[in-house]
Amino acid sequence: MDISNYLYLSAILFTIGAVGVVLRRNAIVVFMCVELMLNAANLAFVTFSRVNGDLVGQVASFFTMVVAACEVVVGLAIIVTMYRSRRSASIDDASLLKR
Amino acid sequence: MTTSSNLVYLIALPLVSSAILLLLGRIADKWGHLLATLVSASTFVIAAIEFFAMRQRTGDARAVTQDLFTWISVGSFNVHASLLLDQLSICFVLLISGVGTLIHIYSIAYMSHDHDRRRFFAYLNLFVAAMLLLVLGDSYLNLYVGWEGVGLASYLLIGFWNQKPAYAVAAKKAFVANRVGDIGLSLAIMIAFAQFGTVSFTGVAAGVPHASTAALTGLGAMLLLAAAGKSAQFPLQSWLGDAMAGPTPVSALIHAATMVTAGVYLITRSHFVFDASPTAQTMVLIVGGVTLLFGALVGTAKDDIKKALAASTMSQIGYMILATGLGPVGYAFAIMHLLTHGFFKAGMFLGAGSVMHGMNDEVNMRRYGAIGKVMPITAVTFGLGYLAIIGVPPFAGFYSKDKIIETAFNAGGTKGILVGGAALLGAAITAFYMTRVIVLTFTGTKRWDDEAHPHESPSLMWIPMVILAIGSVASGFLFNSGRALVNWLAPVVNAAGVHSEKEFLPATTISLMALGVVAVGVAIAITKYRTVPVEAPAGNILTKIVRRDLLQDDFNDRVLVRPGQALTRFFVGMDNSFIDGIVRGVGGVIALTSTNLRRIQNGYVRSYALIMVVGVLALLTTIWMVTL
Repeated sequence: MDISNYLYLSAILFTIGAVGVVLRRNAIVVFMCVELMLNAANLAFVTFSRVNGDLVGQVASFFTMVVAACEVVVGLAIIVTMYRSRRSASIDDASLLKR
Repeated sequence: MTTSSNLVYLIALPLVSSAILLLLGRIADKWGHLLATLVSASTFVIAAIEFFAMRQRTGDARAVTQDLFTWISVGSFNVHASLLLDQLSICFVLLISGVGTLIHIYSIAYMSHDHDRRRFFAYLNLFVAAMLLLVLGDSYLNLYVGWEGVGLASYLLIGFWNQKPAYAVAAKKAFVANRVGDIGLSLAIMIAFAQFGTVSFTGVAAGVPHASTAALTGLGAMLLLAAAGKSAQFPLQSWLGDAMAGPTPVSALIHAATMVTAGVYLITRSHFVFDASPTAQTMVLIVGGVTLLFGALVGTAKDDIKKALAASTMSQIGYMILATGLGPVGYAFAIMHLLTHGFFKAGMFLGAGSVMHGMNDEVNMRRYGAIGKVMPITAVTFGLGYLAIIGVPPFAGFYSKDKIIETAFNAGGTKGILVGGAALLGAAITAFYMTRVIVLTFTGTKRWDDEAHPHESPSLMWIPMVILAIGSVASGFLFNSGRALVNWLAPVVNAAGVHSEKEFLPATTISLMALGVVAVGVAIAITKYRTVPVEAPAGNILTKIVRRDLLQDDFNDRVLVRPGQALTRFFVGMDNSFIDGIVRGVGGVIALTSTNLRRIQNGYVRSYALIMVVGVLALLTTIWMVTL
């Protein structure tokens, strides 16, 4: 199977994630889209690792996963706190830094 | 050359005392005046000791130097802060510390009702220190420090009663007029450095024979400008009359006896420049001649006793400057007139102060009259000063002024007749206006208000007046006997090598002519002021012009002050519209830009994310385009 198909998939996943982050209002969905983008990056890493025949890309993907796990912890905590304070998970409501 | 370590005390003592009085403040109120007077007296004692030591030595050994420290050392340019006491400076040191001490003593009584007496004495001591530094410095740069110092002290003392706006303005006027002269001195120092690479008197004197005529003329002109500023000579004379706003002892010490003669000192000290540049010397002659007539004319119309004396000071210094412009033969006579003038003019100013003291600070002579009866000591001492200044033998002014007139006539040719004629005419006008002062103040009928109770001043005031009167009587004879002062100063001003020119007229004839014009002046004044109206008569156009100081202020105002102010206003406008316009424009553009940029920051995370995505895409596209 052509190796570039993996890269196309990675690009499609990343685009779906980016479009989701930009278009969706629900914080949870935005969050999931961010995860999608990270995993698209992971897929690209692993693919390139395969192409190059070494393990550097795979190691990098592990790092990405660790970072993603940390991000989940912090991000979910923020979302939960936000929901508690304003009974909404819409990120457009959290625009207090405007001024 | 002899070295000594005592010279520095002449300057350090009054300087330290002044600092003590100023820093301690009210604590020193009780004894401040005593300390200041004591310090001034001790400088006189040191000066007297140095003088007698100097007389013991002979020839070149007479001059004393003291090297204090290296002041500036840049490459080959070295200036030492060092002092030089030679035959010329000792005359000044004795005059400054002697008259200064007498005036300190006088001021104790004169200023006794002033609650700022301590500050007054602090400034007086500051003046003595600066003036002594001026005459003791061995280079133009050291002299400059003292020169500025006396300017500062003069400013502080003219404006001593600065709660009166007019007095503060007078102080400012004196300071500004002096600044013009100071620029001359600083330019002279720069010319000297550029030409000779040194600013010491000996260094410049050694370099003069190799210098170009243009440089010497420029140097001489700048030195003359400096002298004109400090000595109130034409065209920078306008400040002296207003300087009488200061307390009378200040007028006596600074604006009659010592500081205003600094210009004469400067020219005499720089005689090598003027001897080598006939153009500069002629300029000195013109300035001196114009000023002596100018001052004398102004003096004829003044009703304010202090301003009449101030005009007289200007005129007498004109005589001195004129004498210095006559070359090597004139320097000694300039100094002689300076010293005798120091005695009689300081004495007369103290007399005027004594009269004012008894008359509730009234200065208008038309409101005096018949004061001689109630203030006999003041009248006698003032009268002796008067006889000295108009040049009646054997009083001091006769010897000094007569010598100047005689030397002026002997200058030869048209120059001699012009200069001598001016000096002779000046002597006649001097006799007129001084007789006017005497007649208006001390004789005639009483014209003062009933509230005034003129009385003789306390002994602390009349003793200095008596001592100065003795000086006005005897000093001329002493200086002249056996050409004492001329011989004394000869090594400094190189007068020894001067062979006397062909005499224009015999000395006796000139003396008789001088006495004749003096008699005429006195006679006119006595006839004219037989009756004195209390209110000044309107007078014709000439009188009005003379009363307005020969329009000196109007001229300065029209030609210098108003165009200067217009220029300033123009620059202020430029600053407000153009310079500030640029500054405000830059600020405005930045403010506008940031207002517009702020719209991007709308607080929505999604739009930030979009901007990031777009930015990354733009970056990637750029990289791709570049590498393509």
